[in-house]
Amino acid sequence: MARLRLATTWLGGCSGCHMSFLDMDEWLIDLARMADIVYTPFQDVKKFPENVDVTLVEGAVANRDHLEQLEQVRAHSRLVVSFGDCAVTGNVTAMRNPLGKAEPVLRRSYIELATVNPQIPDEAGIVPALLERVYPVHEMIRVDYYIPGCPPPADRIRHVLEELIAGREPKLEGAELKFG
Amino acid sequence: MATQTLTIDGKLVTARPEDTILSASKDAGIDIPTLCYLDGLSAHGGCRLCMVEVGSQNRLLPACTTPVREDMNVSTSTPRLVEYRRMIVALLLAERNHVCSVCVANGHCELQSMAYALGVTHVRFEYLSPELPVDVSHDRYGMDHNRCILCTRCVRACDQIEGAHTLDVMGRGVNSRIVADMNQPWGDSVTCTSCGKCVQACPTGALFRQGSTVAEMEKDRTMLQFLVTAREKKQWLV
Amino acid sequence: MDLQDLRELAEKERRSQAPRSIRCCVAAGCTSANSMAVLDNLQQAVQDAGLKDKVHVSPVGCLRLCCEGPLVATDPDGHLYHKVAPGDAEAIVAGLGNGGFAARRGDAASPFFALQASVVLDNCGHVEPERIETYIARDGYTALFKVLREMSPPQVVDEVTRSGLRGRGGAGYPTGVKWSMVAKNQGDRKFVVCNADEGDPGAFMNRSLLESDPHKVLEGMAIAAYAVGASSGYIYVRGEYPLAIARLKTAIKQAGRLGLLGTHRCNSPFDFRIDIRIGAGAFVCGEETALMASIMGERGLPTPRPPYPAEKGLWGCPTLINNVETFANIPAIMRQGADWFAGIGTDSSKGTKVFCVTGKVKNTGLVEVPLGTPLRTIVEDIGGGVPGNGRIKAVQTGGPSGGCIPAQHLDTSVDYEALGQLGSIMGSGGMIVMDEGTDMVDVARFFMTFCMDESCGKCIPCRAGTVQLTHLLTRIIDKVATPQDLELLESLCDMVKNASLCGLGQTAPNPVLSTLRYFRDEYTSRLRAGGVVRRALALPLVSLS
Repeated sequence: MARLRLATTWLGGCSGCHMSFLDMDEWLIDLARMADIVYTPFQDVKKFPENVDVTLVEGAVANRDHLEQLEQVRAHSRLVVSFGDCAVTGNVTAMRNPLGKAEPVLRRSYIELATVNPQIPDEAGIVPALLERVYPVHEMIRVDYYIPGCPPPADRIRHVLEELIAGREPKLEGAELKFG
Repeated sequence: MATQTLTIDGKLVTARPEDTILSASKDAGIDIPTLCYLDGLSAHGGCRLCMVEVGSQNRLLPACTTPVREDMNVSTSTPRLVEYRRMIVALLLAERNHVCSVCVANGHCELQSMAYALGVTHVRFEYLSPELPVDVSHDRYGMDHNRCILCTRCVRACDQIEGAHTLDVMGRGVNSRIVADMNQPWGDSVTCTSCGKCVQACPTGALFRQGSTVAEMEKDRTMLQFLVTAREKKQWLV
Repeated sequence: MDLQDLRELAEKERRSQAPRSIRCCVAAGCTSANSMAVLDNLQQAVQDAGLKDKVHVSPVGCLRLCCEGPLVATDPDGHLYHKVAPGDAEAIVAGLGNGGFAARRGDAASPFFALQASVVLDNCGHVEPERIETYIARDGYTALFKVLREMSPPQVVDEVTRSGLRGRGGAGYPTGVKWSMVAKNQGDRKFVVCNADEGDPGAFMNRSLLESDPHKVLEGMAIAAYAVGASSGYIYVRGEYPLAIARLKTAIKQAGRLGLLGTHRCNSPFDFRIDIRIGAGAFVCGEETALMASIMGERGLPTPRPPYPAEKGLWGCPTLINNVETFANIPAIMRQGADWFAGIGTDSSKGTKVFCVTGKVKNTGLVEVPLGTPLRTIVEDIGGGVPGNGRIKAVQTGGPSGGCIPAQHLDTSVDYEALGQLGSIMGSGGMIVMDEGTDMVDVARFFMTFCMDESCGKCIPCRAGTVQLTHLLTRIIDKVATPQDLELLESLCDMVKNASLCGLGQTAPNPVLSTLRYFRDEYTSRLRAGGVVRRALALPLVSLS
């Protein structure tokens, strides 16, 4: 069987899901034997590659950059997995949504709570514009599988990857689907 | 009339005439999902999770309020019922701000466990993300409207078990809200006895002990039934 | 009061009537168009012309053609005047008996009137709603006397059953069956409740009836009370109907003073008192269990049935709940017999039904027709079709619980079964005509928004489901929805319909389902293909100035 081309990406989240990914410890070595990790925040790859088999997406969709990344991910991945609660539900990243739009969030963060030099960062081309609302990934693109958890335990991630590598439908059940 | 015999999920079940489909199922070891029902309180019939199919009739019936009948043929988990239940839980998750990861009841929440028990992988509905207050004016307890599912278990516990009727619902539809007395800060309520039965009755992290942090708020959901049995039968069964 | 007194009172009233009369509509529609000033001026004009003994000016209820109000009718000339201004009074009085006042004269023989039937509304526009004598003069309360003197309660129930009358509140449950259940059930007390919490957008049948002929409803309730063995009754009227409430209060007082209601009513051993309960504006209180909760002073929330009100209603006692129009049919059935009533209508839908024809139609107003009348007759002949030669696209019946019937089904017979087969319902009688310019998805959203605002919040499918349905419809209207959104809309409709607690939620998806059934392309043509980034293009990005 051909080696799995695996990617992971990180949108609006705390990277805790990627930390949990690293918590798979020595199984990562097994994974490296079975799969090529072709794109991930752990490596310095600038451009999202083509012909990816599986992409794990951590984080919610919160700004314009995330949208562009998702566009690449969906266009070049056979399977997309929402990876962790932020990607699946919006979670903590989406806790700004009750404030309404992006402007009050920026104002609160960069003006009201600033101790020095209060200003909203708006360097064009450097700071991506926030979306008015934060969305879970499946609101933006078609998602094939979901791994809930904040963060998802390493075993849960491993189970899904093992199934995918084996060419089976990964199926989480019962408490393995617990949010939070 | 004497005992009733009915079929639940293909199993012959004997029930008392005063039994509901829910209580008869429970005695027979058949689990029907519920959120607004709690032993010791009157049935509410609001969450609609316990809807079951009876015979060949198309109309679904809530198990918690439907009395058993001789020869009833009840199905509790057809694919259609499971799909409806998933949708109902998803509607709840989208209705208010249920952020499990930072909730006092994480790991001890009936909404959370209901979601995974039913296999809710994600929510297809738009998250409504309402802006809701947290009332921490009470000395001992707090009320977080972000986590409330309006099951009214607290309202019924307060009214039917404690007899204080401090809590009730105001507003209507999606704008309904649990209030203390005449919609005043809970801490200012003159009728609240601080008994905490509402907190134990609450299925989620909406009612909690002050000072609880993430995942710390465990609840004793048998407390109310214990009190009712003690009062009515003079039996102190733990 | 006994029957002899009643007959004498009727005779006295008839004798006192002047040879000529001018009837001026003082129901809410015309009063909102200033008909009270018209009435005052008519009375003044009659006095000025020295005709006080020869002409009687009477404030009456609804004359039906509401869009042309204020309406004034003259007898025995048979003229009907449209859009009467206070300044027209003298000309109308001057025209009595000599051809009338041409400038305002309408066609009293037009199809709008000619094709209508009158059972429920036969007194409307004839009796003065605030004078019980005028009702008695038209055989009012004779049915009650007949029942109390000549019939046993089971005979009354049997008569209603044989008449084939079905509930006029919308669901069409056989009235006789309901009565017999309440009559059979044992209770320390029993209650009769009149549901006058009419809340459908575009519906005002009950209001017009209560404002025009309140005694007919009281008489119907009094007969029902005798039949089922109830000693007290409530009329639950919505607070938005102040004129109906005021007239009902007056009517109850007058009937009580004459001994027609109250202790030992009509010189019989039976007591029956009626009280008014005023709703605070919640649509859900039209649902019978919520209505009863409200009467008992509780929050107006529905409760699961069983137990049905007929077993355990108000304060746990057997309770009969019928709609205003259902009760209004009773006196005529008792006077003229079940066979006469069963002779009107179709095999399974007997009698007449009052509709409020509104929307894109020339003649809006109150219409009473025999059940089984083709929908086309109601909206095109009686209603006059779309103004300016437009074409009818659909007719909405049954309000937020009903559905849209497309133009190709206009020849459908208006009865309970036929409307149900088309995915709509009879409902309480709202009938909204839509022309070709109408956006059907927007119509569906209008009704869904209504249900969302009126959901009581008790059950989750209705409380949260109607919100999500409204959002999905908005996405479709805004052209940002995908085919998956449409799928979700349909499956959510199915769940809300089957899992909601009460009729409000169970029927809330109907306007969506029926427009999907007949106008699906209006939905699908607005969907965007599920592209790579589904909704990104439509997303608002924050603008930093």
